[in-house]
Amino acid sequence: MLTELLGFPPQVLFGQLLLGLINGAFYAVLSLGLAVIFGLLNIVNFAHGALYMLGAFAALGITQYLGLGYWGALIVAPIAVGAFGIVIERLLLRRLAGVDHLYGLLLTFGLALVIEGTFVKFFGSSGLPYPTPKALEGGVNLGFMFLPWYRAWVVVASLLVCGATWFLFERTKIGAYLRAGTENPKLLQAFGVNVPLLTTLAYGYGVALAAFAGVLAAPITQVNPLMGSNLIIVVFAVVVIGGMGSIMGAVVTGLAMGVIEGLTKVFWPEASATVIFVVMAIVLVLRPAGLFGKTA
Amino acid sequence: MSYATENHDIGGRHVSEAIEEIRIQDLHAFYGESHALHGIDMTVYQGELVTLLGRNGSGRTTTLRSIVGLIGHRTGSIVLKGEEVIRAAPHKIAHLGVGYCPEERGIFSSLNVEENLMLPPSVAPGGMSVEELYEMFPNLAERRKSQGTRLSGGEQQMLAMARILRTGANVLLLDEITEGLAPVINDKLGEVLIELKTRGYTIILVEQNFRFAAPLADRHFIMDHGHIVATIHKDELEEKSHVFDEYLSV
Repeated sequence: MLTELLGFPPQVLFGQLLLGLINGAFYAVLSLGLAVIFGLLNIVNFAHGALYMLGAFAALGITQYLGLGYWGALIVAPIAVGAFGIVIERLLLRRLAGVDHLYGLLLTFGLALVIEGTFVKFFGSSGLPYPTPKALEGGVNLGFMFLPWYRAWVVVASLLVCGATWFLFERTKIGAYLRAGTENPKLLQAFGVNVPLLTTLAYGYGVALAAFAGVLAAPITQVNPLMGSNLIIVVFAVVVIGGMGSIMGAVVTGLAMGVIEGLTKVFWPEASATVIFVVMAIVLVLRPAGLFGKTA
Repeated sequence: MSYATENHDIGGRHVSEAIEEIRIQDLHAFYGESHALHGIDMTVYQGELVTLLGRNGSGRTTTLRSIVGLIGHRTGSIVLKGEEVIRAAPHKIAHLGVGYCPEERGIFSSLNVEENLMLPPSVAPGGMSVEELYEMFPNLAERRKSQGTRLSGGEQQMLAMARILRTGANVLLLDEITEGLAPVINDKLGEVLIELKTRGYTIILVEQNFRFAAPLADRHFIMDHGHIVATIHKDELEEKSHVFDEYLSV
């Protein structure tokens, strides 16, 4: 009978591994959205955490006031927040095309502060509960640990969305436009592709991914105006490690960093909050473009 | 604009036969503070092959980029197939039937050969089929699954040509297509251009290589410091050879 693994009870080890995988799923979806946005807009979207939070609040509102329930919110919230993202891109971000990247950073960071500040004003900074959907209540005893159904669903849903995004980018005509637009948007437009529209849609899609992650998180973390600002710093580290602009890179790095964080909690709990930044520093020294980034 | 001089320019062809495909008047273009084109006037007729000749920095590439809308700050008038495009967005201009082949070829490294070939949307009916293009450029067929930028320079050039022929564009703007390529590949490109001419394409060719351009072109526009300093008809090459010496020799 297996009672100990590397000197730790398997419950602890697998428990943290699974927790890491769930965190990694959030990292993957969020850094994927950032990579999509960075590819076409060349903007590091500092508002990403706030938009993730908006996704969770949208889920709350949709469930409470529209009566659509969790499953409806999972579809409607990303669309609604994505539409909000499209408005941001059209009204604000578009005007920054051609100026230094720093302006995009400042604008999106300011947006994050405005959005989060507004929600703190109306909802306070303590969390609001969001119920786990009925169909996913309970869990299964795997022998070495208890797996809640909802957490398993989070990993599956994240992987499905990441897989669908990969398919969209690598196997469709729109994906070819997106890849070409990342490389040379001017030439792509000279070929007759409406690149400004493509850019708007890419931002909307990236934002919708953030909101999707927000809905997934709502039953786990509660809905809190500052839920994004805590998470986003780690996600930026993940993006730096993976390298900007690679779809696969964002997903794989996100999952891997979640797992590494989880394992660190087992072996050296004090380091678990910093391990990702340590990895980031090492990667920056050895491969400044990131693990999956293209060295220019 | 006097038709008499235009008629002379195209070598005595009757006015009614000549349909204006591109008419540029008083075109100025700017890169930031620098003033790159200083009032270009030129007219290109349907089915013509013309060249823009001149030294590096004389404004030839800028002229092509202005036509497709890639120069943000441009003034004057560019009429393409009867439509004013000086303020039009690049993707709208392409849909008038313009195909652009940039000097750096612009093959996308994140796309394979076939994806590169299929990338530009159709802009007009009557584009060549993929089979026809693979027949014209057999190397591309063999390497259709290769990454675009893994091709040799000559193959990349053929891909850059093939992808705009697929779209139905019948006005082709080709920037330095022979640059840095082996003579045998330039011969092939020359054959392709002759074939395109017989099919009625209108072509503006920016060239450094006068020997390549001379037997193909109907007219040559000589550029210097952002001006067109001379227009030479193919029948006047000998008598005006001093113009070439003055503006093209390094």
